[in-house]
Amino acid sequence: MWRRSASFVLDKRQLAQASPPHQQILLSSDDMEPNNLPNPNPSTDHGISAYYQTRAEHHAVVTSDWLAQAQAAVTRNAAVPEVLPKIAATGGSRAAGSGKAFSVIDEFNYWRKKPDLAEAVAAIMALAAFIRSSEATTMMELEIELKKASDTLKSWDTTSISLSAGCDLFMRYVTRTSALEYEDFNAAKLRLIERGEKFGEISLKARRTIAMLGQDFVFDGSTILVHGYSRVVLEVLKLAASNRKMFRVLCTEGRPDRTGLRFSNELAQLGVPVKLLIDSAVAYTMDEVDMVFVGADGVVESGGIINMMGTYQIALVAHCMNKPVYVAAESYKFARLYPLDQKDLAPAIRPIEFGVPIPSGVEVERNARDYTPPQYLTLLFTDLGVLTPSVVSDELIQLYL
Amino acid sequence: MDSRRLPRTAVDPKVRRVGFFTSGEPLPARSQSFPAETGGSTTADGGMMSSTTTPDLSVGVISFSPVMIPPPRYASADGLPALGRAAATVTTVSAYSPLSPLRRDAIQLPVGSFNPSEYMQGTSAMLSPSSSRFDDLDFSEEVACYGKKWPGKEVASFPGSSDEMMMAVRGGGNALSMSALTTASVVKTLPGVTAKDGGTFIESQNERVGPARSQKQKTTKAERRALQEAQRAAKSAAKAAGEGGKHSAASSSGAPTNAKLDKGARPHSQNKDGPEDTATASEKRADRNLDKDRKKDFPHPSLQFDDKNRVEKAKRRAVVYQFEARNRVELFRHLPQYEYGSQLPYLESKFFHLDHIHPSVYQVGMQYISGSTSGGNARCKEMLLAFRMAIMDYSISPEKSVVRDLISKINSYVSFLIECRPLSVNMGNAIRFLKNRILKLHHNLSESEAKYILISDIDRFINEKIIVADKVIISHAVAKIRDGDVLLVYGHSTVVEMIIVHALELGKQFRIVIVDSRPKFEGRRLLRKLVMKGISCTYTHINAISYIMHDVTRVFLGASSVLSNGTVYARVGTACVAMVAHAFQVPVLICCEAYKFHERFLLDSICSNELGDPDVIINVHGGKDLNPLAKWADNENLQLLNLVYDATPSDYVSMIVTEHGMIPPTSVPVIIREYERDQLVF
Repeated sequence: MWRRSASFVLDKRQLAQASPPHQQILLSSDDMEPNNLPNPNPSTDHGISAYYQTRAEHHAVVTSDWLAQAQAAVTRNAAVPEVLPKIAATGGSRAAGSGKAFSVIDEFNYWRKKPDLAEAVAAIMALAAFIRSSEATTMMELEIELKKASDTLKSWDTTSISLSAGCDLFMRYVTRTSALEYEDFNAAKLRLIERGEKFGEISLKARRTIAMLGQDFVFDGSTILVHGYSRVVLEVLKLAASNRKMFRVLCTEGRPDRTGLRFSNELAQLGVPVKLLIDSAVAYTMDEVDMVFVGADGVVESGGIINMMGTYQIALVAHCMNKPVYVAAESYKFARLYPLDQKDLAPAIRPIEFGVPIPSGVEVERNARDYTPPQYLTLLFTDLGVLTPSVVSDELIQLYL
Repeated sequence: MDSRRLPRTAVDPKVRRVGFFTSGEPLPARSQSFPAETGGSTTADGGMMSSTTTPDLSVGVISFSPVMIPPPRYASADGLPALGRAAATVTTVSAYSPLSPLRRDAIQLPVGSFNPSEYMQGTSAMLSPSSSRFDDLDFSEEVACYGKKWPGKEVASFPGSSDEMMMAVRGGGNALSMSALTTASVVKTLPGVTAKDGGTFIESQNERVGPARSQKQKTTKAERRALQEAQRAAKSAAKAAGEGGKHSAASSSGAPTNAKLDKGARPHSQNKDGPEDTATASEKRADRNLDKDRKKDFPHPSLQFDDKNRVEKAKRRAVVYQFEARNRVELFRHLPQYEYGSQLPYLESKFFHLDHIHPSVYQVGMQYISGSTSGGNARCKEMLLAFRMAIMDYSISPEKSVVRDLISKINSYVSFLIECRPLSVNMGNAIRFLKNRILKLHHNLSESEAKYILISDIDRFINEKIIVADKVIISHAVAKIRDGDVLLVYGHSTVVEMIIVHALELGKQFRIVIVDSRPKFEGRRLLRKLVMKGISCTYTHINAISYIMHDVTRVFLGASSVLSNGTVYARVGTACVAMVAHAFQVPVLICCEAYKFHERFLLDSICSNELGDPDVIINVHGGKDLNPLAKWADNENLQLLNLVYDATPSDYVSMIVTEHGMIPPTSVPVIIREYERDQLVF
């Protein structure tokens, strides 16, 4: 519960008196948390966002605590295969009804293993493959099956915005076609497959398109502040570097998963001068920054972005100092969400290592992402073009009409 | 083709003419020789147009006002950059030099070099022997069009003529000599026609062409100034000569000055009103009719009540007799302000004389005046239901056309309702929808069929745009209410009320702060309803808004309409609430059905507003001694202002909840664009 002013302290007390059992439950959960947190093995954390797990697997830096996590992952691996076959089984049993064992989740996991592939693209590829292998005999059946498949994918990880947005967009893109009115089912299905594959292709190419658009904004002698590990931003900077642009990059450390370390490593290999900052040094260095580049987990309807924790405060600082904030995001991350404030989103919980045991009775904010409102963003580089934040809603409305 | 541009240009002339034309120009009857000019040639069949800009050019030429600079794409689209522009500029200027028969012959020279049929299409008028009154304007338009279509030889012939035009323009009023010279030089240029690029054209011209060229290649600013001067000169000359030469059908070479003055006086009338190709003419007329109708639908932005003449006129037509209040605030004199309480008895007494107003419409009008029906949705619903009744009872004599008669009927109803109370934007949209449906009725339909279609349309509108839309809005908005929230509402919006009730049904735990204001105290009704439902409420007046805002986590507001720049037009006080909420970083949600969106812009609350009864803000409950200003109307120094609406800038609005989803205020034009294209909103 989120209270604004002191008057609610009173309210809360009244509430507590009115419903003591509720409060007790709260307390007990509070008691349990400290027990969980100092534990370096997150394997018992069932609430952990799968999205961030995937990301950690893909872009982890090999450090001592990462090794520790990897150790932990060995124990976790025992649990994971348990979950996956379960989902696969549900998918399989559904597919078995139609005579063939095809699981979206398996397909999705196959694509997801590729480190360069975004989760949403993996989902899109999986769905495209699903249409191909589907044995539905009517359009309606196919559509329902597709819907089911996309729902299972979405429920696989509810915290990933791009996954659900990618699935939704795929559904819209593929099914919003006159093909559904074709007389011949096979022709219609072919059309759907064609559209699905086209969408997958577009999504695959999105990053390159964005890099082409974005690198124009990097000028010689510029200093760029980067937050988090975004493959799109890396692609933009790579292209800019290969175009012999002279620029300097400041990377934030990106606690707790230290994504900045990996990012700076990549850039250093390209020969770009990099400087690493701790996350709290953003305001200190902002005066020498010419522009801020960030990626996005999701782009919401207001034109704001949901991204790794810390993006909001960087955007605020940049806005204060009149520095442009550029967001690089593929259009399949456009989600029909409209958070009104930071707490208006389901949190994506992520384990945080402090290195030392946390004193009992101390809460830890473990949310992995925040929401940056559109007024603090300058431009969005997407595969649809370079957009102002207000165009996002335009595109979404056109898509979901 | 650019489908979005076309209709707009077709509608434009009326708008663009304002201010630069002598109004009320009689339309001279033209001889048959004048037919298919630009309109005929270009709109006759779109299939022959190779470039997308051509129709624009032709329509645009008709509608250009003298000062309007043609969009650059006309000029740069094809192979004649500078020249095209020059010609286009010329067309906007009222300096004309008449064309002699000689010249016409000269023009025919290149005919053989390109597709004759297409040429004929455009210039049949030119070829007819009786077309004696052709001027450079039309000629250059023709050439401009054709130059665009076939950037071949005639393009090359074009620079010559446009240069001549420039000269003629610079020559100002003395067209007498100019016309002769023009003709001569054109004759010379045309044989020299080659496929050369326009810019490098003509060395073998007479000496007048040279300077013209060089002048033309100077800055366009100078050019424009010259054009303006020429135009001014032409205007003054025209004034001096009066309208004398208007109907002179003499050949222009015979009386060039006259003809010129004549044209100077009414620059584009021959383009607009000459008996063109009948198809285009009727088409245009239809367009204009549509345009007119559409204008009428709007809640009267045009009638400025400080304009005495128009108000007098409006009064003579008026059914409802309105006393005007005397002491009015200077800034708001353009809005109607009446003495309240006077109309109702008058209207009652006139009941049996108003036979052209359907009783149900009459009843709704009375409800508007008395204030028993208020609130955007309720008023709109009542109005539509009244129209539904009227259409049900409608019958027509067989010789009349259903469409026209019904439209005029609806128009008279609407003007009656406007007299009762100014229309709101959503009512304007509803009326526009209804009229569109009427206009789209098929001619062969029988009366009962037509009535059935319209009635079901009205039912569908009420159902889809109001009832279902509200349900969808509720389902969207409820998602934004979390347990423990404190919602602030202002006044009494039916949608917001339904949202709250629904959230309660879902078992959400929240509190309500109801902010109210004088003089209507609409919040009390809401308070009563919510308290009866068992919701914990806080009731306060708007004076305490900055205090109470500390506690609030969400602000839910209704709106009368949302305009294209995201401005929210709503019950007065809304802007204040939204501003305070913004200052406290509390999200402001505007709940509004999409049929209340309008493409107009509003920057302040002054231009378009409604004045309520000034007496109600001066009356205080509780005894006579509390009313020191009881006789305020006698005091010259006292003006009262009771505004009904205000405009909330989009900066203060976090989100607009419509049936199409939750959108940021910047996306209002998107909704308007997307749904108007499909004719779904209006």
